[in-house]
Amino acid sequence: MTILQFFLWSLLKVAVVTVVMLLGIAYTVLLERKLVGRIQNRWGPSRVGPFGLLQPLVDGAKSFLKEDIIPTAVYRPLYLFAPIIALGCALISIAVVPFGAPDVGPGGLHLFQISDVNIGLLVILGVTSIGVYGIALAGWSSNNKYSLLGSLRSSAQLISYELALGLSLVGVVLRAGSLNLRVIVEGQSSKGILSWNIFGGLQFIAFFIYLMAAYAETNRSPFDLPEAESELTAGYHTEYSSMKFAMFFMAEYANMITVGCVATLLFLGGWTSPFGNLIPLPQNIVIHALLPIFWFVLKVFSFLFLYVWVRGTLPRFRYDQLMNFGWRYLLPLAILNIVGTSLWLAYR
Amino acid sequence: MTPASHLLQQEIPLTWYLLLSAALFSLGVIGFLIKRNLITVFMSIELMLNAVNLSFVTFAHQWHMVKGQIFVFFVMMVAAAEAAVGLAIIIAVFRARTTLAVDRIDLMKL
Amino acid sequence: MLHEPSLSLPGFAPALPVCDGTMHLILFVLFAGLCLAGAINLLLQSHPINSALSLIVVMTSLAVLYLLLGAEFLAAAQVIVYAGAIMVLFTFVVMLLNAGREERTLGSRVARAVGFPAVVTILGVLATVILRAQGLGSASLHDGITSTEELSAVLFTKLLLPFEVTSVLILIAILGAVALARHGDGERMDGK
Repeated sequence: MTILQFFLWSLLKVAVVTVVMLLGIAYTVLLERKLVGRIQNRWGPSRVGPFGLLQPLVDGAKSFLKEDIIPTAVYRPLYLFAPIIALGCALISIAVVPFGAPDVGPGGLHLFQISDVNIGLLVILGVTSIGVYGIALAGWSSNNKYSLLGSLRSSAQLISYELALGLSLVGVVLRAGSLNLRVIVEGQSSKGILSWNIFGGLQFIAFFIYLMAAYAETNRSPFDLPEAESELTAGYHTEYSSMKFAMFFMAEYANMITVGCVATLLFLGGWTSPFGNLIPLPQNIVIHALLPIFWFVLKVFSFLFLYVWVRGTLPRFRYDQLMNFGWRYLLPLAILNIVGTSLWLAYR
Repeated sequence: MTPASHLLQQEIPLTWYLLLSAALFSLGVIGFLIKRNLITVFMSIELMLNAVNLSFVTFAHQWHMVKGQIFVFFVMMVAAAEAAVGLAIIIAVFRARTTLAVDRIDLMKL
Repeated sequence: MLHEPSLSLPGFAPALPVCDGTMHLILFVLFAGLCLAGAINLLLQSHPINSALSLIVVMTSLAVLYLLLGAEFLAAAQVIVYAGAIMVLFTFVVMLLNAGREERTLGSRVARAVGFPAVVTILGVLATVILRAQGLGSASLHDGITSTEELSAVLFTKLLLPFEVTSVLILIAILGAVALARHGDGERMDGK
């Protein structure tokens, strides 16, 4: 394969994944509005299209058509650049996520993964840690005290919970002996649900820590202090309007999807079926390729459902409670989990 | 074989990496000398550390030794410790002097 | 010449039959250029936050260069530790102190008299030494990569003591940073 073909194939994969991801973001927003509506005993969006299914398109059109206001006191270059960083970093990390079984297409390229990287997990963590700048710079360049407070809160929160998040993944990496996401999933594929890391790998404590840290990392309720509307107007994106606001909004949902993908890959067995080999796979090549994707999407969807459910149920934490919880409980618990997992692996 | 086609097929000589490293290091030194803000001066030091790291990785590649890479790892850890303490000092200085200009932080000067 | 059978890109598990000479050249020129541009921009910008952002550009491009040299774990560590943690601290401090633009002065007389000639000399000496050095190899994308396993095998066996000492250093740094930055009693006596 020549370099040109390689680029064309990669470009095709990137285009398809980006479009699917953007659609996923749009419909996650709808899912959230519908579900929160039902939890609060109302209907949610129901006017546009059947069951409100066209609502995301209308929302997108709305944010394009709104007036784009740039306040005079902002620091312009960074104010314009911040939403791009936020959305860019949120979308990039999907590049190393394997969606389906490692089927190899023409020229030895993976069909259901943009690139298969040895250090895939670290790539995701690295890109997420760059994403902090989007929020931090947005708050600072807005020249508004609510924005600055929101972004300072957010940076501190992201840095603090990144530790717990990273440490909670170490147990899984220890079990798999690799940072490659595909290898980690293949290590959980033998006995269906029983060999998933969360059950068979006894990583449920790690999963709990990951869940908490992921809520904080994505600035989602109950840790949505950076944009706590009752205290900070809208936090770091107070001064943003129109499409720039929409970019932050999309970044948040893209991060949710990525976090769901990582949870699925590391704890819930990725694309493998929960029944293991109990149900024989059909020989039809299309079903053979699409069934793993179905399981993957189902697991990510359940994770997103949990996200929204928690948002509809729990009140917001106070800032000191958030920091206490992260440093005093989650971090020691994560370290204990590492020690426990290594002892178990050593004396098994 | 023309030089251009030679370039296309040949591998990148490690000299280029080392030259880049030297250039970055010199830029770091220049920054250390001309910048007048305490934080930016500190950033120039980080730039120099990074430049040295690049040559460590290059030599590790040259000799196929893992230890060179591990040295970079240690440099990163030291840089992290240095950044934590250094920035704490900068905050303390700012509290005491309400300025970050190195020309005005001169109480200890003869 | 364009079809070499089984070359693999660093970081890509399967062998990707891609013509790697051009690929490596393009990536090197692109990211070395970004590095230099970022470093020069660091010097030219007068606002510390712009300098910090250009330093982040330098660091992430260096991560790509590490990947080209086969150090994949270091590339990730570079992004996570340097760009994701240390530089966040820098921007955090810049934002917190709201440090404005710096005034430009030409620096002290010593810096001008000794510093700049010294820089030129250092660069000259380094460049001549590097250019004259014999036996420096070359890097290509199919040199293979140092896997995380190899790295950790050396780190946790031969170099275990330095590793543990580093953790003590980090602990001291944390304590020192907290002690320095908190509003202590000593702070008040400075007569602010």
